[in-house]
Amino acid sequence: MKPKHGKSWLLVLPLLGFLGLLWVFLHGLQRDPHALPSSWIGRPAPLFVLPRLDAPAQTFSPAMLRGRVWLLNVWASWCESCHTEHPTLMQLAQHDGLAIVGLNQQDVPDAARAWLAKAGNPYLWSVMDRDARVSIDYGVYGVPETFVIDQAGIVRYRHLGSISPQDARDILLPLIRKLQA
Amino acid sequence: MIRYLPALLLACSGWLAAAPLMADDARLLQRQQALTQGLRCLVCQNETLADSQAQLAVNLRREIHAMLAQGRSEDEVIDFLTQRYGDFILYEPPVKPYTWLLWGGPGLLLAAGTVLWWQLSRRPASASPPLDPAEAARVAALLQQNKTEDHT
Repeated sequence: MKPKHGKSWLLVLPLLGFLGLLWVFLHGLQRDPHALPSSWIGRPAPLFVLPRLDAPAQTFSPAMLRGRVWLLNVWASWCESCHTEHPTLMQLAQHDGLAIVGLNQQDVPDAARAWLAKAGNPYLWSVMDRDARVSIDYGVYGVPETFVIDQAGIVRYRHLGSISPQDARDILLPLIRKLQA
Repeated sequence: MIRYLPALLLACSGWLAAAPLMADDARLLQRQQALTQGLRCLVCQNETLADSQAQLAVNLRREIHAMLAQGRSEDEVIDFLTQRYGDFILYEPPVKPYTWLLWGGPGLLLAAGTVLWWQLSRRPASASPPLDPAEAARVAALLQQNKTEDHT
């Protein structure tokens, strides 16, 4: 049947609109609502001075790691997912030239020290963020979280949640090697 | 009893001096409450920072309270939070190029719908195409035939 008038394509619009919406909703269903982008990527990592877990009289500041690629790993002895990623962190700590700093969030220092003594210590230093102020500065909303920071102190990547061996192999290590090159 | 009067007065004056402070506190809490009602707890995303019991919400309420108590404005608190946590912490997203489609989308859809409705309703109700000469001749013949039948 030939069209009776020139505007019949307009009738297809609602169907196209409906299919478009359907695509948007289906696409949205597959996204993880907790995977929020960090607002610090590409910006200088916030500076702080915090006491060290092993020697509370001494402090650590990110400025001390200028010129090195390092990880800031937010952890706590009460955090189960941190226990899961611990062996992976131990392996990452073996990587040449990489420093891992632990941001020990809202923990009891004795419990944190006991956990490291038992499970091994992947950190160059851990620092105590007892009131979570520094965690807030970094936009941390869950433990664990890990930031990759380059030689110039710029945040390059933020990993949410536990680091699996696959994450370390496929995401973190290639990025670290690229930054170190 | 009279011996305790000075002490009693002292206690009362202490309470009276504290009263304006309490009013300030109440106003501060009210501002904090109004502000945190519009902020999302990023851990349990359907809860506001005002309602959530997540550790993050507790920490952020503490920070917000401290900032307001220091005399910072609501806008400064929101800047502080969005700088660290991004715009997602706001239940009402700001109008910027990135969100133009979000804010303008409903208006666009309404405009498109209006145009569509106008186009469709402008067409005459009985829109039959004009007859070509052959069809016209056939209609004339049929009408003619009808007329002659009537006369017989």
